[in-house]
Amino acid sequence: MSFLTRSQRETLTDVWLTGPATLALLIFIFLPIMIVTILSFSDYQFGARDLSWVGWENYITLFTSAIGQRAIVNTLIYVAIVIPFSVVFALLVAIGLHRMLDWAPALSRILRTVYFLPVAATLVAMAVAWQMLLHPNLGLVNKVLSTLGSAPQNWLSDRGLVLYTLAAIGIWQSVGYNMVLFLAGLSAIPEDIYEAAEVDGAGGAWARFWTVTWPMLGPTTLFVLVVTATNAFRVFETVATLTRGGPAFASETLVYALYREGFVYFKAGYASAITVIFFAILLTLTLAQMRLVERRVHYR
Amino acid sequence: MNAIPTLELGDVTRRFGEQTVLDSISLAIPPGSFTSLLGASGCGKSTTLRIMAGLDRPTAGAVRLEGQEVSALTAHERNIAMVFQSYALYPHLTVAQNIALPLTMKSLSAFGRLPLLGTLIPGTAAARKEIQTKVSAAAEMLGLSHLLDRKPGTLSGGQKQRVALGRALVRDPVLFLLDEPLSNLDARLRVQMRAELVALHRRTGKPFVYVTHDQAEAMAMSDQVIVMIKGSIAQAGTPRELYERPTSLAVAEFVGTHAINLITPQQGAGEILSSAARAILGVRPEHVVPAPHGSFIAKLRSVEYLGSEIVLTLCTEQGVELKSIAPGTFEPPLQGDSVRLSFDPTCTHLFHPETGARIGAPECRS
Ligand SMILES: Nc1ncnc2c1ncn2[C@@H]1O[C@H](COP(=O)(O)OP(=O)(O)OP(=O)(O)O)[C@@H](O)[C@H]1O
Ligand SMILES: [Mg+2]
Repeated sequence: MSFLTRSQRETLTDVWLTGPATLALLIFIFLPIMIVTILSFSDYQFGARDLSWVGWENYITLFTSAIGQRAIVNTLIYVAIVIPFSVVFALLVAIGLHRMLDWAPALSRILRTVYFLPVAATLVAMAVAWQMLLHPNLGLVNKVLSTLGSAPQNWLSDRGLVLYTLAAIGIWQSVGYNMVLFLAGLSAIPEDIYEAAEVDGAGGAWARFWTVTWPMLGPTTLFVLVVTATNAFRVFETVATLTRGGPAFASETLVYALYREGFVYFKAGYASAITVIFFAILLTLTLAQMRLVERRVHYR
Repeated sequence: MNAIPTLELGDVTRRFGEQTVLDSISLAIPPGSFTSLLGASGCGKSTTLRIMAGLDRPTAGAVRLEGQEVSALTAHERNIAMVFQSYALYPHLTVAQNIALPLTMKSLSAFGRLPLLGTLIPGTAAARKEIQTKVSAAAEMLGLSHLLDRKPGTLSGGQKQRVALGRALVRDPVLFLLDEPLSNLDARLRVQMRAELVALHRRTGKPFVYVTHDQAEAMAMSDQVIVMIKGSIAQAGTPRELYERPTSLAVAEFVGTHAINLITPQQGAGEILSSAARAILGVRPEHVVPAPHGSFIAKLRSVEYLGSEIVLTLCTEQGVELKSIAPGTFEPPLQGDSVRLSFDPTCTHLFHPETGARIGAPECRS
């Protein structure tokens, strides 16, 4: 094969190595995104033989129609509840389990597994369990409430309550994952910095946290925030299995709207517009995450 | 004149589970002294220091600070400064903030420490000003003034070491504890920092406790050296006492730039020195010199020329290896030739063959 120069052969090798992955990326990611973007400016229906261009109409509908606004606002509320609670709970649990490692290592490890179970389990299966727990008459939650003397609630069919119920399940589901991230961050803090803090007069639990733990966990926390936000924006399984966006669109979210418009009503044009908006949000978060991951390596 | 020691350990024992790491340690740190804790790795030096600091608690025994029992006090309440082997700087704070931290913890309230809100609390501005003055003074003393805005991650080892010292200095503590502070530095910087530490000790006038496994460092810097071996104190004394009257074989082996020559009775210690017939004879290489009328003969094995001195490795008639140090001007004979050696009998040490304890021997006054 002497008719190829060395550099030509090297180029060929590079193409061989990167080619398949690049091709797959183009076919399975970029191409669909392009198609979806194009479709979002049309009124295409699945199965239809023709389509007409409608300009920005799909986007205008999403942002101005009552249901479209509902989906956006609900998603934002959901994200705004899940992020802070999930992060704070995960941090508290992680600190507790990390300290417990000193005096009850076995129990600490068992509890860590327990907290991680919701992450490992299939959410659809877990949703069934939640449905039983939250059942208005037979559910354990209402039983406990009534023995405590509180009024039972329609957790999944009360319009004012359903979104918060879903958010609580979202928190329950993400705490375990965030806790594992925080535990890793905590064990990376050198013990002697805590000792230095103790000598310097920052030995109390409160001062320790604010002088050492919180700043040293800074990079981990940013990472956890982005991951939690990404997952919260994607909320779908619990909505689909427990409420179907109801009652009266009270638990409608972006991804569920996308699913319904696209796969129930076959409004591909409109669903594509939702997809593009959703994709833009995730892309922003992912870019933020990549920059943070680069920065978390060292303090400068 | 017997002033109350700044710090005293009375029969301190520390166990980790089954393992006894410190076995009934008693020592005293006199005011203004420079004390070294010298010992091999794992002998319990850091554990001793941490018990002094209050970062660890003794299983049994007393810790007294200026005569007061302080076992129940935290590290901060004891007002003891500690410099960690790994520096233990706060990576997210600048050099200035690192040095200032003990002061901000002391003189600012939790709210006063907040970045923006803090300025609203009365008295905060004045306190901050005072802290800044002290930090600048400490930084000046350590030559850190141009680095105050840098983060520790961007500093060299020597600079980090200085920041750690600065953090200890600003507080005006009653006692400084330093855990192998120079071990992460290169040889040259180590010698330089050694001199700086001694100067710093003079300037502060406060007692320093200095942990090291380098006997040369301990001998060069200290008023008092405490030799620790396997969790016990083998000997405590001035560098001169340690060198001239080691109380045990182990201490004699530890102290001194060149390892001491040891000759057992079976190897003919008695023939070299009649009083050593039933003891292990210890003679330091620097006290064995080639001399035309020397008292015994050994064969020359190898020669190490160091400029100012020459290290001769020799072999006695009984086949015992000996080291001798000759002045740099000495012209060594050929290898394999016999050399006559002499030594000053007053510079020898006798140790019990079984226990290793010192047996009364003439004191060395060279
Ligand atoms: N927290 C602990 N738990 C169990 N064992 C410990 C603990 N801390 C120290 N030890 C043990 O105590 C012994 C003495 O440790 P220490 O750190 O005091 O040694 P050192 O003299 O400072 O050694 P080095 O020169 O290597 O720093 C070691 O055998 C160590 O394994
Ligand atoms: Mg140590």
